[in-house]
Amino acid sequence: MGVEYILKLYVTGQTPRSQRAIENLYRTCEEALDGRYNIVIIDVLENPASAEEEKIMATPTLIKIAPLPLRRIIGDLSDTEKVLAGLDLPTNHARQMRRGGHLE
Amino acid sequence: MNEYTLTPISKIKTGIPGFDNITHGGLPKDRTTLISGTAGSAKTVFAVQFLAAGIEKSDEAGVFVTFEESPADIRQNMASFGWDIRQWEERGQWAFVDASPQIAEEIVYAGSYDLGALLARIEYAVNKTQASRVAVDSLGAIFTQLTDYGSIRHELFRIASALKHMGVTAVLTAERINEYGEIARYGVEEFVADNVIILRNVLDDEKRRRTIEILKFRGTSHQKGEYPFTIMPDFGISIIPLSAIELKQSSSDIRITSGNEKLDDMCGGGFFRDSIILVSGATGTGKTLMVTEFIAGGAVKGERCLLFAFEESREQLFRNATGWGVDFRRMEEEGLLKLVCRYPEVAGPEDHLINMKAEIERFAPNRIAVDSLSALERVATVKGFREFVIGLTSFIKHQETAGLFTATTPSIMGGTSVTEAHISTVTDSIIMLHYVEMYGEMRRGLTVLKMRGSMHDKNIREFSIDGRGMHIGKAFNNVTGILVGNPTYISQSEIERVSNLFQDDPGV
Repeated sequence: MGVEYILKLYVTGQTPRSQRAIENLYRTCEEALDGRYNIVIIDVLENPASAEEEKIMATPTLIKIAPLPLRRIIGDLSDTEKVLAGLDLPTNHARQMRRGGHLE
Repeated sequence: MNEYTLTPISKIKTGIPGFDNITHGGLPKDRTTLISGTAGSAKTVFAVQFLAAGIEKSDEAGVFVTFEESPADIRQNMASFGWDIRQWEERGQWAFVDASPQIAEEIVYAGSYDLGALLARIEYAVNKTQASRVAVDSLGAIFTQLTDYGSIRHELFRIASALKHMGVTAVLTAERINEYGEIARYGVEEFVADNVIILRNVLDDEKRRRTIEILKFRGTSHQKGEYPFTIMPDFGISIIPLSAIELKQSSSDIRITSGNEKLDDMCGGGFFRDSIILVSGATGTGKTLMVTEFIAGGAVKGERCLLFAFEESREQLFRNATGWGVDFRRMEEEGLLKLVCRYPEVAGPEDHLINMKAEIERFAPNRIAVDSLSALERVATVKGFREFVIGLTSFIKHQETAGLFTATTPSIMGGTSVTEAHISTVTDSIIMLHYVEMYGEMRRGLTVLKMRGSMHDKNIREFSIDGRGMHIGKAFNNVTGILVGNPTYISQSEIERVSNLFQDDPGV
């Protein structure tokens, strides 16, 4: 199975927030995409020109390059449900519903 | 110098006309200044001009951080001021940091964030262009783009302190809701910056009046209060620095002719070369004639005259002058005269002032005449008019040229005009023209009311007007009450009695 998801994550240096975002992104992708993804991490301190080109304001910012449509997810990606929704992936909530689980 | 010696705050000249006067030398160097104002108060123009003037006048590069308009819009909107931003970008003197809203992509928020990327981009642009000036337009727009107010506040402080560390002088704009009220919309912007300047655009008596006020300059001096300014094509913002105008014009005792020999005698030998003369009178008393003679008198000596006419068109002025035996057309062909005819209604008083200054600088005249100054009362508020008059007179005095203004009194039989109330103290000479009603006939009288620094004729003299101009004759010796508009004959015996009571200096 090939790569379906191309993701770019912009972070600022080695801050705890940057680390958190990177960890959260890998974990979420591993759980939901099972290796069908490619992540590029860009440090805006090292590569400010590319931040300028993409007009990144806040960090961390995740850009979903593929599949279309393009989408930006801003934050340390700790809210997994929102990340999944932003990536057009079924949320855990939806999966539970499909499995016939019920909500309290 | 020891370790306790603090270096005083130095300032950089912004190059914005008038601004460096009211700020006592410009913006505090390497500090941040908040420019706050309501919608349409010219914050963006100020921010752009701050950078443009840096590039044009002192070869300092600038970085423009935009949160609202796109760079493409700014380039286009500012082209009307003659600022070619595209060209500056190509030369590496100007860089945009585009943080304007990108509507193409949907944005999802998932967790905490900071503005580290924006900061990195600003720093990158500053380093790339070696900029010493940064403009951020506008802070409030960040609040509309991002959702977490708490962290935005924190980030604004971070950006402001980072700007200081970059060694740049920065202006940050912020929106406010009311002209008189809270400094800025989100209540945090003013704490981010060291200095606060407020731009206002107040509607007063159906007229818009733009002013600038320096509210706070940390640790350094500035002029207090509101100063009017205007925005004009090719100039941008131009501030009229009223109380900062220094009374330092030199004074000469060289006399010039008024264009009328008899009037020269009455003034003790003519007007002073660098004086302001006010000619006041009711409609039809001969003010425009005096202007015409003043110009003709200069042209004969080869002096250049500039006439600002606010009441009559060129053709009318030409015709009038011809009627008094003066050929304006030939003077213009010989380059001795320039006529500038404008309706007062075409612009506000500030715009007129800037235009007039520009004309004066271009033509470099020896004599300036304004006919009439009071026509501009119609387009100005009382305060605005006073500022206009003070601005114009002080400018003309600095040119060290003679200025002759006319003012129309509202009533036929005398009284004073608003113009006189504002101008009489700044003029060096005042000449009054009156109607004198005598036995069912209107006659004309002329008085030299004031002639600073010189003796003058105290008589009210009769004058007549014919195809060769103005002819000043004898004094109205046996009439009293002309100035108050109630002339009364008095008998010869009464005149003798009174003149024996007060012996005037025979030298006059």
